[in-house]
Amino acid sequence: MQALKYARASSVDEAIKLLSDGGPNAKVLAGGTDIIVLARERRRKVELFVDIKHIDEAMQLTFDPGKGLIVGAATPLYKVYNDPNVVKHYTALAQSAHVIGGTAIQGRASLGGNLANSGPAGDSITAQMCLGGVAVIAGPNGRREVPIEDFCTGPGRNVLEANEFIVTLNFPAPVAHSASAWERFIPRNEMDIAVANSGVYLEMDGNTVVKARIALGAVGPKVFVVPVDSLVGKPLTDETIAAAGAAAKATATPIDDMRGSIKQRLHLSDILTQRTIRAAAERARA
Amino acid sequence: MTTTNTTHFVLSANINGEQRDFLADERDSLLEALRERAGIRGPKEGCNNGNCGACSVLIEGTLVNSCLVMAAECQGANITTVEGLASPEGLSPLQQCFLEEAALQCGICTPGFLIASTALLEENPHPTEEEARFWLAGNLCRCTGYDKIIRAVLKAADQKEA
Repeated sequence: MQALKYARASSVDEAIKLLSDGGPNAKVLAGGTDIIVLARERRRKVELFVDIKHIDEAMQLTFDPGKGLIVGAATPLYKVYNDPNVVKHYTALAQSAHVIGGTAIQGRASLGGNLANSGPAGDSITAQMCLGGVAVIAGPNGRREVPIEDFCTGPGRNVLEANEFIVTLNFPAPVAHSASAWERFIPRNEMDIAVANSGVYLEMDGNTVVKARIALGAVGPKVFVVPVDSLVGKPLTDETIAAAGAAAKATATPIDDMRGSIKQRLHLSDILTQRTIRAAAERARA
Repeated sequence: MTTTNTTHFVLSANINGEQRDFLADERDSLLEALRERAGIRGPKEGCNNGNCGACSVLIEGTLVNSCLVMAAECQGANITTVEGLASPEGLSPLQQCFLEEAALQCGICTPGFLIASTALLEENPHPTEEEARFWLAGNLCRCTGYDKIIRAVLKAADQKEA
């Protein structure tokens, strides 16, 4: 490991000060499951780790039926998917958190870390995005809120400025007859990175879609939202679902790599979107 | 760029029920500190990047890869390694089942599997085979083909009180 120092921040202000004083090679340490590997392999220069896991706000999981869900940026994934309110009201979030890495990774890794890495295949990012999440960011100039769909700007790139970090991820209060679903395609059952993933949020009135948000991952330079004109205000039928799948496919701009081909990923964009719409609709009607 | 001086600090942690205070470096992973500073060599270095699970330990009862935790993060923590599973009276029931089912060959993955399986049975005392396999997906074994390990874990679960 490269020579580096470690500092434990006990408040948001202290973390900002440590990051500011530490210079450009001071890095936030949440779960550490990515940054420690990057530092060890010298793919990232790190001179100081600023541990945010002792900031209560960044480690919370707070649900209020009227206000929504607040997940600390460093709250470990196992706490997210084991929470009954998350499972019930933010299903896509629980589903994605449950398959990021293996059990030991989930003991440390966090939603904030997954988002801040801004990987094009980030499993929880599609879930956070379809659920209409907002990243609460703190920095030297105070706090700001950025919708998840505007957070990533490219592969490994995002809107975070120097000495800023994500404190919490906030999700809107659950609405009646709404539900979400998330799915990914990988060639095996676990411990893999998505060939494609899809998160869908639906609000239903009977069989009519009142509101929809669809996010796709691993089929473009970043996770993105898909147009939902073919669904909103319309009854959910095989035809409208197929149209939404086609719209997703038309928005995808995948690459060929060791995990999958362009052709396969375009197909998956369509199929996964249709599957997650059906799964979310079934749950919304229940 | 000047080289940062290496920074030693005293790591105070409860390891396997025993209070330990020893020098570590701020650049050490927990795995390095355990093996090279504290002489606790149960956790193994396999991939050193979070894929193989050979370095599995429990921190406050939560399963983690000790190669993906900085030692400095563990100030004041309660850590359990494979050395903490057996009692003076003998092996833990899970360890006994690993022996009886021959759930190991070369043995390098075994400390990780024992720790991960211990965490599983704590969380879910009677897992299905699928649940056990899913939980243990982050632990790699290149000898057994996994079936013997899963058999041992499910046997240990069967022996637990319902």
